[in-house]
Amino acid sequence: MTMTKMLVGNVNEIDIKGSRKLLVGNTEIALFRLTTGEVLAIENKCPHKGGALSEGMVCGSRVHCPLHDWRIDLHSGNVLTPDTGHVKTYEVEIDPESGSIYLTI
Amino acid sequence: MSTLRKKLVMVGNGMAGVRAIEHLLKLAPEAYEITIFGAEPHPNYNRIMLSSVLAGGASMNDIIINDLEWYHSNGIRLYTGHTVTSIDTRQKKVHTDKGIEASYDELILATGSNPFMLPLPGAEKEGVIAFRDIKDTQIMQETAKTHRKALVIGGGLLGLEAARGLLHLGMEVSVVHIHEYIMERQLDEAASVMLRKELEAQGMKFLLKKQSEAILGKKRVKGLLFADGEIAEADLIVMAVGIKPNIELARKSGIEINRGIIVNDYMETNTPGVYSVGECAEHRGIAYGLVAPLYEQGAVLAKRLAGVQTEGYAGSITSTKLKVSGVDVFSAGQFTEQPGSRALRYQDEIEGVYKKLVIKDDKLVGAVLFGDTGDGAQLFSMIKNHENIKGMEKELLLGVSSDALASPKGNRLEAMADDEIICGCNGVSKGAIAEAIQSGGCTSVGAIKACTKASASCGGCKPLVEGLLQIYAGDNAVTVKEGICGCTTLGRDEIVAEIKRMELKTVKEVMNVLDWSNDEGCAKCRPSLNYYLGMLWPEEYIDEKESRFTNERYHANIQKDGTYSVVPRIYGGVTTPADLIKIAEVAAKFDVPMVKFTGGQRLDLLGVKKEDLPKMWEELDMPSGHAYGKTLRTVKTCVGSTFCRFGTQDAIGMGIRLEKAFERLNTPAKVKLAVSGCPRNCAEATIKDFGVVAIDGGWELHIGGNGGVHVRATDLLCVVKTDDEVLEWASAFLQYYRENAGWNERTAQWVERVGLESIKQALDDREERLALKERIEATLRLTSDPWKQIVNEPELRKNFEPITQPETV
Repeated sequence: MTMTKMLVGNVNEIDIKGSRKLLVGNTEIALFRLTTGEVLAIENKCPHKGGALSEGMVCGSRVHCPLHDWRIDLHSGNVLTPDTGHVKTYEVEIDPESGSIYLTI
Repeated sequence: MSTLRKKLVMVGNGMAGVRAIEHLLKLAPEAYEITIFGAEPHPNYNRIMLSSVLAGGASMNDIIINDLEWYHSNGIRLYTGHTVTSIDTRQKKVHTDKGIEASYDELILATGSNPFMLPLPGAEKEGVIAFRDIKDTQIMQETAKTHRKALVIGGGLLGLEAARGLLHLGMEVSVVHIHEYIMERQLDEAASVMLRKELEAQGMKFLLKKQSEAILGKKRVKGLLFADGEIAEADLIVMAVGIKPNIELARKSGIEINRGIIVNDYMETNTPGVYSVGECAEHRGIAYGLVAPLYEQGAVLAKRLAGVQTEGYAGSITSTKLKVSGVDVFSAGQFTEQPGSRALRYQDEIEGVYKKLVIKDDKLVGAVLFGDTGDGAQLFSMIKNHENIKGMEKELLLGVSSDALASPKGNRLEAMADDEIICGCNGVSKGAIAEAIQSGGCTSVGAIKACTKASASCGGCKPLVEGLLQIYAGDNAVTVKEGICGCTTLGRDEIVAEIKRMELKTVKEVMNVLDWSNDEGCAKCRPSLNYYLGMLWPEEYIDEKESRFTNERYHANIQKDGTYSVVPRIYGGVTTPADLIKIAEVAAKFDVPMVKFTGGQRLDLLGVKKEDLPKMWEELDMPSGHAYGKTLRTVKTCVGSTFCRFGTQDAIGMGIRLEKAFERLNTPAKVKLAVSGCPRNCAEATIKDFGVVAIDGGWELHIGGNGGVHVRATDLLCVVKTDDEVLEWASAFLQYYRENAGWNERTAQWVERVGLESIKQALDDREERLALKERIEATLRLTSDPWKQIVNEPELRKNFEPITQPETV
């Protein structure tokens, strides 16, 4: 599969501890901006019941799914105990000068 | 293998006997082939907890101590529903009513006791029961559904717990007692009177110095006739006058009996190979009815059967704790003054605290505590150990400070024998706790609780468990308290107090200062802190929307498919043709998949895409109905005097006034109001958080109702005359709830937790009410409609849109 690198926006378009979503092909992706300044991207779909993770609460580098409070680690995409599962993660680069966000998919 | 084992048969499947078996299995797991006969159709359950089942704190399943799996995995043959009818002590065999025969090498009689039923004429009528087993408890629960008046005969421990349970089930309860004060066997008069007053405040009635004469009624009980000729009405009579050891089987089998089955210090009866333990056994003239001594007996018997050295059972000094919510009573040892003893008393009728210590030869021999029983376990331990307390009597009376007693307490615990019972409710010995710490790796009271059940029931022994933890775990001991979530060990009240004391003003600051264990907390503590900070500092605190749940952040209800719903405010459920047309047009324009009437008298537009939300709000140009948050939801109204022929007041007008007053208010959990125009109560105000019901010339104000998972009818707060008073009380109540409840705690749970009386007291003083009203108004003045705000602020509005369309680079 070929990898595509895309410009998807700017860091200041996402609130700290906030999230924005975008649609690439048929896949919805959620971008999160952490307090540390990092921006991370995962598929916007909780492995439990498909909840939109972009709507969840961000605590540290974890997001809580808004539907049933599953917790997902945004770096690894792993579901945290006591639940299990995995969410697809995507590579994100940020231009330190302009704040542009590049997503590789 | 089994042929090598000796046969052990036990008659009785109750707490004391099964406890002894558990102990025996630990000491000598391979020694016996065990058979147990039980007359009740249940496995071994915690009879002491029946009052909790009745009071609603525990379910039947919660009180099972050994489930059927336990019997199975320990190879015990259990016959439930079998009554042993005879023992052949020469052939060493027992027979049951269902024709089973079992031979034994060793036999334990653990037949317990029967409730003592007063031999009154009419005692056989329907509706006359004891309070002894699961069946009695079920009858009480059933009766409470269809009948109102209950009489409990007996003002002792059991009677009062039964009465409290019946009160909880919604019955009118009177306690009939022959003595002039209640619990006279455990309390002195002063403590007894304080207890009675407290129980009267909870709604219990007392008929004291009353001798019951006959039970009236045809098939079912109708009333109770007293010796003085008076009659009390009753639909249910519970006899709780005492227990008598169940010795019938022993008597028939030629085993020596008196009041109970007579045993020596090793629990042996006069018949070789036959032992007795529990409430049926009489040791040195005493048949005990409390669990701790019975467990001590069980431990001795287990050792005897296992062939382990034991000094034998030497009798017990007992202590009592009444398990009634909101009342703390403790008594132990010889609490009445005897020749040669002296007493110290402390009585504070303002705080409702009473303490009495009885001292003889510089030793504590008895104690009674009321209101504050925190020192009970330590005092009890001093009594049991005959400790010399010369010079520290006053300190003991005024409160056992941990400093003053640090070393004696340690010494006392260290000197305590390994098999001494620490937790009376669950029969956990010092040795079992020591083992859990030393080889079980327990380093906290919580871990010990999970591992041994010590301190899991009434909690009275917690200080001793903590002391043992210090001795055996030393520096490894950690104090883990139950915090509001996994990120902190602090509870709600501690957090709120610290925020106030240190004037903490942001969520981050609170987490830093109070040592949160997870950076940025979790989805539980973040919204809690956001709420507490906003409640405490309405003017200064800037609400953190990122610490709110999705629904409150986007001011709409997220649905399972990720769409949202829109509910505009419709005050009091009254709308206009113009508003309806507007809602219809917006629904059509945005292709809303479903339009539904809510249960709260308004319209729900369901299935809206997130990006459409601000556009729809803009076109609706109506305030948010806040159908999504921990805030005021709806004020449901009936038609009231405006149109209804029964209506006595303007329910609609009052509803609209309340909704306009409190809309947008942040509360610990969602709040629903309703106003009914007459006592027919068509607006269902008595299952709302704050319900208003019109009566002729006034309003009844009800609080703490809930129609959700656990339906709870409201409690009547008060009756007022004017509309302004309704607003005043509603404001005061809601603000008091805001300031005192935990985040996510509905008024129903909160009222249950703190008690109606405490709320009534807090709101009793008009000045206090006005101060609360002033504070809620100050908070409300700072709120604005969230939909308008989002529509007008691009920085907020952007979060509803997907981020810029991606371009490939």
